[in-house]
Amino acid sequence: MLADKDRIFTNIYGFDSPWLDGARARGDWDGTNKLIELGRDKIIDEMKESGLRGRGGAGFPTGVKWSFMPKEIGTRPHYLVINADEGEPGTCKDREIMRSEPHKLIEGALVASFAMGAHAAYCYVRGEFHHEIDCLQRAVDEAYEAGLIGDDACGTGWKFDFYVHSGAGAYICGEETSLIESLEGKKGQPRLKPPFPAGVGVWGCPTTVNNVESIAVAPTILRRGADWFSGIGRPNNVGTKLFNISGHVNQPCTVEEEMGIPLKELIERHAGGVRGGWDNLLCVIPGGASVPVLPKSICDDVLMDFDSLREQRSGLGTAAVMVMDKSTDVIKAIARLSAFYKHESCGQCTPCREGTGWMARVMQRMVSGDAHIDEIDTLEEVTRQVEGHTICALGDAAAWPIQGLIRHFRPEMEKRILDNIARRSAAE
Amino acid sequence: MPKITIDGTEHEVDAGMTILQACEQAGKEVPRFCYHDRLSIAGNCRMCLVQMERSPKPVASCAMPVADGMVVYTDTPEVKKMRQGVMEFLLINHPLDCPICDQGGECDLQDQAMAYGMDHGRYKENKRAVEDKHMGPLIKTIMTRCIHCTRCVRFSTEVAGVTDMGLIGRGENAEIVTYLDQAVSSELSGNVIDLCPVGALTSKPYAFAARPWELKKTESVDVSDAQGCAIRVDSRGPEVMRVLPRLNEDVNEEWISDKTRYCVDGLKRQRLDQPYVRVKGKLQPATWPEAFAAVAKAIKGKQGSEIAAIAGDLADCESMLVLKELMVGLGSTNMDCRQDGSKVDPAQRASYIFNSTIAGIEDADALLIVGANPRWEAPVLNARIRKRYLMGKFPIAAIGPAIDLSYPVDWLGEDADILAQIAAGTHPFAEILKTAERPMIIVGSGAVARPDGAAVLGLARQAADAAGAVTADWNGFNVLQRAASRVGGLDLGFVPGEGGMDTGRILDGAATGAVKVIYLLGADEIDTKDLDKPFVIYQGHHGDAGAHVADVILPGAAYTEKDATYVNLEGRVQRGQLAVYPPGDAREDWKIIRALSDTLNATLPYTTLADVRRGLVKANPVFQGIDDIQAAPWGEFGTTGEVSGAFTYPIANFYMTDPISRASATMAECTDEILGGGEGKTGTDG
Repeated sequence: MLADKDRIFTNIYGFDSPWLDGARARGDWDGTNKLIELGRDKIIDEMKESGLRGRGGAGFPTGVKWSFMPKEIGTRPHYLVINADEGEPGTCKDREIMRSEPHKLIEGALVASFAMGAHAAYCYVRGEFHHEIDCLQRAVDEAYEAGLIGDDACGTGWKFDFYVHSGAGAYICGEETSLIESLEGKKGQPRLKPPFPAGVGVWGCPTTVNNVESIAVAPTILRRGADWFSGIGRPNNVGTKLFNISGHVNQPCTVEEEMGIPLKELIERHAGGVRGGWDNLLCVIPGGASVPVLPKSICDDVLMDFDSLREQRSGLGTAAVMVMDKSTDVIKAIARLSAFYKHESCGQCTPCREGTGWMARVMQRMVSGDAHIDEIDTLEEVTRQVEGHTICALGDAAAWPIQGLIRHFRPEMEKRILDNIARRSAAE
Repeated sequence: MPKITIDGTEHEVDAGMTILQACEQAGKEVPRFCYHDRLSIAGNCRMCLVQMERSPKPVASCAMPVADGMVVYTDTPEVKKMRQGVMEFLLINHPLDCPICDQGGECDLQDQAMAYGMDHGRYKENKRAVEDKHMGPLIKTIMTRCIHCTRCVRFSTEVAGVTDMGLIGRGENAEIVTYLDQAVSSELSGNVIDLCPVGALTSKPYAFAARPWELKKTESVDVSDAQGCAIRVDSRGPEVMRVLPRLNEDVNEEWISDKTRYCVDGLKRQRLDQPYVRVKGKLQPATWPEAFAAVAKAIKGKQGSEIAAIAGDLADCESMLVLKELMVGLGSTNMDCRQDGSKVDPAQRASYIFNSTIAGIEDADALLIVGANPRWEAPVLNARIRKRYLMGKFPIAAIGPAIDLSYPVDWLGEDADILAQIAAGTHPFAEILKTAERPMIIVGSGAVARPDGAAVLGLARQAADAAGAVTADWNGFNVLQRAASRVGGLDLGFVPGEGGMDTGRILDGAATGAVKVIYLLGADEIDTKDLDKPFVIYQGHHGDAGAHVADVILPGAAYTEKDATYVNLEGRVQRGQLAVYPPGDAREDWKIIRALSDTLNATLPYTTLADVRRGLVKANPVFQGIDDIQAAPWGEFGTTGEVSGAFTYPIANFYMTDPISRASATMAECTDEILGGGEGKTGTDG
């Protein structure tokens, strides 16, 4: 369990002031100029050593990502883009940061931008987050006024501007390249990679897109040292992480914990346990809507980090833990997710455009059992036809929940179908 | 050069190629729908997926640049399975209406489904249905068939330069639309029909008319403007069913204008299919001997100087040569192929051709357009200019009324005087031309047909000289001709000989009575108000302006009905081919004149087409090289003198510029809908 002294987000519940005075009292903006004086290479090395993996879902090492940016600023300016389009169902960590710890984000943006040679950071905030946009903007205004950012950020001579940009409410705009498209004022559709954003990003300039949490933890890591951060958790899965626990638990919450905490401990200690006790647990989606569901048998002892969950053919994703107890119609739950992905597919590439609709419709029939048993195999195959064949990861995200369902709850699905056949023949 | 291993064999390919291009070079076919050589890469159909070593996911080969040491597989069972998967997805919402689809037989989806389709469908849900969109009189839409490859969107925004089309909605609800349900406002819109890999966008006038396998395909060249676009004429029996573009990188790449594509229904209307002779003020049907006798009677006893000939915009070189020699035989030097009164200098080839060549536009680095509307006078050439503009660093300025040319233009003003300033070097744009390495000046055919056209021509030449536009390996002086016959006619010397009259003086002579017999070889764009006085022989294929004033009509062949030579605006000698036979008693034009020469006792020494073509080479050696251009030597041309007055553009209606397009119902519809001529119509119109 994470000790209080190791907590990064000490005001994540907003009990104290989120504004500059409160932030300063918590240690934000303390010696930021010293961090910048470390120099670009040192900052990036420190981030690499800390072992921080991107908190947006894919888990790509943040320091390595930063190092992809061109070393020298050429004719094109560099940009940092912060992905605050927190659209993954079940996820509610970035909004807490923007509401209660906005200065951590802004300070992190300054440090990260400096490390990548960017004079401007764009924070692309999900359109529905009106309150968060207001909070973040107020904090930005405070930081400008206090000279923490602006023409001479923290007295270091580094010019740094922070822009808050509101999205328009499309899930796909959380994908980094469609976020860039949307930021440019175009329709949010993913771009082909290569070229990668570090070469050709927003407005054709070198760009790094990072999740809010990845950026917000950076100053603390630099202050306390890479060793401190990498000492928490398991090798390759280090540090602290904001977990969002929702669903059939007694006290849904967002909590900062160390990586690799057992799922059971996470739920029991912080969320008041599963409704009706652990044995009433049916399954858990451990990392936001797009990762495969885990049945109770795996939940009993799985650790909450990238590699452990990957071993169980699921993923940590955004660490949004969705708990479902035995009252849940798991087929219906996954069918709802399929409907979501059908709705959010951008329509650009074939497998996702056509596949999400196909999968959603078959899932709809699976709920009522109005299907043939062999259609489960067809459905499985369709998910394989989508997975990995699309421009962006939305296709994968649409395929995985269904694959998880079939992997772990196939008997349930077959029973539904057989029951339906029996019911119909009884009626005839 | 990077080395890349494709299916086990190593290939050396150019850096910057995509895997798909490399595969093609290596002889490996990769299926695709969205990828197109001339459009930006979308990578959205996912049909071209290949396996690549060290890549966990398959890659879209159309979008992945090659890198040294890549190992790619295109023929593994996995790849086949992926493509089958994509094909299945494309087909689940694609209607099974191939039997009633106009794309049938030339459909990419149909063809590739043969290779990658499954033997049965697994999709049991309802198929998506999409409402059809209105895209104007040329493009028929059946949007349920659309596979969202976005080729049409990319073509219209990139090549045509109009932002009329787009993909709205998302996911399954994504639809290709013209945003306001309006006709696509481009002269190149028909090309989206060729680009569409399925039957979503098909040709409206050609709807349900024929199947591709029923058609005879004849490779030919277009005459609707002076560019000489490569076309394929598809015919069935005696009827031209449609015209499609043919690949010619130097001329039209693979685009043609809507007029080229759609004016062919005009070939079936208002045709002159038998000779006529005017008897007591009325044109009466006649036989060939009767018509020839009437001509002979009219010419008998006339002085050579009382006879004149004007060649029209669609005349082929063979007939112009034969007519010229007939006129010489009759002792006349009164002939002109410039029915617009152009002042270009027939003695200086450089003064009337597009010296830079069309492909050369891509090498230019600054452009001045003088009194021309290339978008209407040569739409496909205009697309080249736009292509060059998209490459960047290409300042474009123009003198003339401001219009939308599909690329940004610095409009310097309308008055011809501005050209004088540029020639004198006092205008700021003169400096831009001067600093450019390969500056280009395009002079409109209308600009040199003004009364002060010779001076305009002279000033343009001066401007080119001042800008250093003519060097050993570059000639930036260009005249944008707009008639298919013009350059050929000038090359043959179908111009006034010693003491001869040009078009303007011939027409004046007709009014005064100095000219007693006029031979119009398809000349319809002249002022015919004074032609009731002389005896008018009209040889042509359409009952247009010239035929109305004729005393004898000799029915000729349209461009699809004869083997004929044309020289395009860059001076490229090209040959059209006979696709269908001329209707009724109509005959190939040179043969008519040859036959007439017998009657007139001025027999010409030609009996076969080969004879005539030898005559062409004799008249001008440029005719030796078919599909070739011979660079014209630079020289002095044009006059010095005052120029003043605003430039105007010669074409008032893009869709109706010649007898064929004026007879076309489709072109009339375009005029109505796209140019807005239909406004204010009442219910009793049409």
